[in-house]
Amino acid sequence: MSTLPKSVAATTPLWKFHGGLHLPDNKALSNSQPITPAQLPQRLILPLQQHIGAPAKPLVQPGDVVLKGQMIAQPDGFVSVPLHAPTSGRVIAIESYPVPHPSGMSAPCIVIETDGEDRWIERKPISDYATRDPSELRNIIRDAGIVGLGGAGFPSFIKLNPGSRIAIETLILNGAECEPYITCDDRLMRERPEEIIAGARIMRHALHARRVLIGIEDNKPEAYEAIASLLKRLGNTEIEAVLIPTRYPTGGEKQLIKVLTGKEVPSGGLPIDVGVVCHNVATAAAIHRAVQRGEPLISRVVTITGHGIARPHNLDVLFGTPVRDLLDQCGGTTPQLQKLVMGGPLMGIPLQSLELPIIKTGNCILAVTAEDMGQRGPERNCIRCGECARACPASLLPQQLYWYARAKDFDKAQDYNLFDCIECGCCAYVCPSNLPLVHYYRFAKTTIWSQERDRKAADQARERHDFREFRQEREKTERAEKLAKKKAALEGGEGESGAEEAKKAAIKAAMERAKAKREASDAGTPASTDNAATEQPKES
Amino acid sequence: MNGVTLSSPHTHNDNSVSRVMVLVMLALLPAYAAYLWLFGWGVLINTVLIITAAFASEAVMVKLRGRDPIATLKDGSALLTALLLSIAMPPLAPWWLGVTGIIFAMVFAKHLFGGLGQNSFNPAMVAYVVLLISFPVQMTSWLAPASMQESPLTLTQSLDYTFTGHLPANSAFDAYTHATTLDQMKTELKRGHEVSKTLASPIFGALGGKGWEIINTLLLLGGLWLLWKRLISWHVPAAMLATLFLMAGLFHLINPGHYPGPLFHIFSGGALLGAFFIATDPVTCATSVRGRLLFGFGVGLTTYIIRTWGGYPDGVAFSVLLMNMAAPAIDYFTQPRVFGHKS
Repeated sequence: MSTLPKSVAATTPLWKFHGGLHLPDNKALSNSQPITPAQLPQRLILPLQQHIGAPAKPLVQPGDVVLKGQMIAQPDGFVSVPLHAPTSGRVIAIESYPVPHPSGMSAPCIVIETDGEDRWIERKPISDYATRDPSELRNIIRDAGIVGLGGAGFPSFIKLNPGSRIAIETLILNGAECEPYITCDDRLMRERPEEIIAGARIMRHALHARRVLIGIEDNKPEAYEAIASLLKRLGNTEIEAVLIPTRYPTGGEKQLIKVLTGKEVPSGGLPIDVGVVCHNVATAAAIHRAVQRGEPLISRVVTITGHGIARPHNLDVLFGTPVRDLLDQCGGTTPQLQKLVMGGPLMGIPLQSLELPIIKTGNCILAVTAEDMGQRGPERNCIRCGECARACPASLLPQQLYWYARAKDFDKAQDYNLFDCIECGCCAYVCPSNLPLVHYYRFAKTTIWSQERDRKAADQARERHDFREFRQEREKTERAEKLAKKKAALEGGEGESGAEEAKKAAIKAAMERAKAKREASDAGTPASTDNAATEQPKES
Repeated sequence: MNGVTLSSPHTHNDNSVSRVMVLVMLALLPAYAAYLWLFGWGVLINTVLIITAAFASEAVMVKLRGRDPIATLKDGSALLTALLLSIAMPPLAPWWLGVTGIIFAMVFAKHLFGGLGQNSFNPAMVAYVVLLISFPVQMTSWLAPASMQESPLTLTQSLDYTFTGHLPANSAFDAYTHATTLDQMKTELKRGHEVSKTLASPIFGALGGKGWEIINTLLLLGGLWLLWKRLISWHVPAAMLATLFLMAGLFHLINPGHYPGPLFHIFSGGALLGAFFIATDPVTCATSVRGRLLFGFGVGLTTYIIRTWGGYPDGVAFSVLLMNMAAPAIDYFTQPRVFGHKS
């Protein structure tokens, strides 16, 4: 669309990652729509889990009256964040409702009946963040319920805690918004650049980061212009806006880090391993609001778009607002609608009901028509054309992964680095045989995870069993000794030390037997999933 | 809202297996048309017979495997195999020759392995090699280009020969045929004749055999078009032709009298057909970039070795099959470095 301005290219060198795609971006459908407030719905349905980690624990009861911004559920464990009432009203239920999830499952939700008054709880803004300790800022950010708004939903306060041993070279703000159709970050950057930059400064302070780079794909020149000119006005030199080439999935965390710094996050590692922390631009704005306005995270910008919607919009939506209300505000769906997706066309999840609520990670509601879906012929055999490998941003061999996932040969799939797959969908997008490749990889990953869980459970059970045997053996010898002692005492009091030694020897023998047994059974278990990696947070 | 696919991605580009097959056939068409134009009706008769047998045998095999024959035939792969075999067949052949070859290819090389995508060997080349080994006489009796024949065979005469073996009265089969350029070169070299003297024979043109140089030029153009459309990657054809060129060039420099030059090798026999249309077959080729370079190199090298020191005049088909065998190993050893891994 536009080329890199020379000054930018000169100051910040850019790198490339393998593969990726030039996609029709379809951003024009919605990128001229300014952010407008969504109408207040009658009911808000708030899932207790809208983030990666443990679900929050409710602090309210049905019948309670709540104020806007009031904490209604608290974090449960370290990787967890609280939840706040998006508006004032009354809690009418805490029970299971369908939530946006690939499986279409239900999960516990707090349901609030809104009172239309939108009365705030008392806010406690901080004006002097620069004098505060980073840990204090992190607590504020956690208590504001802030998670990554780019799509992954990982608690932000954790990513702002590098630990004392690591120096953060670069804080990256992700304004790539590489998925087609989505324009919420674009609009946010155009309309509220001051919030993003304020958030960036707070995060830089919390991390002691040397510099901040804001990566923006060059199909959003207006957003770049808004951020860059504000930075210029503010005279910020440690924060820099960088135009990067539009190529999906540049907004993937690892890809963006590579493009901006040339560094590769090691497999199974985190950005912090290469001295980088990456947050979404919308997260930065949310952090600014939490710290400097005292407002917890209760709403977000959502792009309502696709050819299946009458009037595409960018709406500022309170969490818990049902999708149906948003569609109504956008003039409803068109008869060509095929399906609704939360997120983008490459990585979004299909919505199975109009009553599903917007959650913290819901950046887009895409009303998909046949036109949006592109050509989709019958599924055929893989012809090993290698188009997928050419497109894969992780340099994987998707055709081999498909082969092994399909054959349920999960050891082999892991040999081919299954867990380095970021599920960006490039492979399936280009597959001439129309294979749902990503679906196969998800299947393989979840099967391996569940096998791993089973194996751990079995290991624990075996350890318990071994210990029980050892204990029983020990008790038996102890009883025998006691008996012998009694007998000896009865017979005349000598041989004390001999009995003690016999006891020790018996315990040792029993432990050795147990140990031998454990080793024998250990040798029989395959260690295939030893480095099965953990679920990786992603951000787009 | 009828959930078409529930799993992301929810969008797709406009590519499909059938589209790939159709475009490859389109790229082959000009060369095929030239073949038909230059060598007469026999080519068309071959093609019709081979396509019919290909469809019939694939349909039967797919049916036996409990799948839908119509849907499978629509992928276009059987048609492409048939077309590739018919362009590799001698222009005038008994009806059972091509039919036997294509049935063998469909049954043994393709469907017993599990159909398209599962076959280890390129079916068209399997058919060609089976025929070459089993029926060497029929497979090496090539018509001279029609322009070089005194009275080219008409459609009826060609049909008559194909189905009954009868030629027009007072003419022998030899009157219509002569050796291919590679064959002629090999024979003459064995008899101790110099390369330059052999090239002076009327069957040779500026680059390769008369007529054949046109077909091969069109194959080259078709191949370049495939590259431009990004339907094939450049690695295999470039590596194969470069290797063949360098090998031929090297030996030609050493002894021009005994080793024909690089252009002769490129424009003779199946080099260009093999480079762009056969060795690039994704199913039976290596998939990684380095793997494809290696694969092409192997095909080029073995082709030159077979042509120069082997028993057969051309070696493209054998080379492709040999490298097909090596492809899985090549793929295994040329895996790219995965993002975030050390090399």
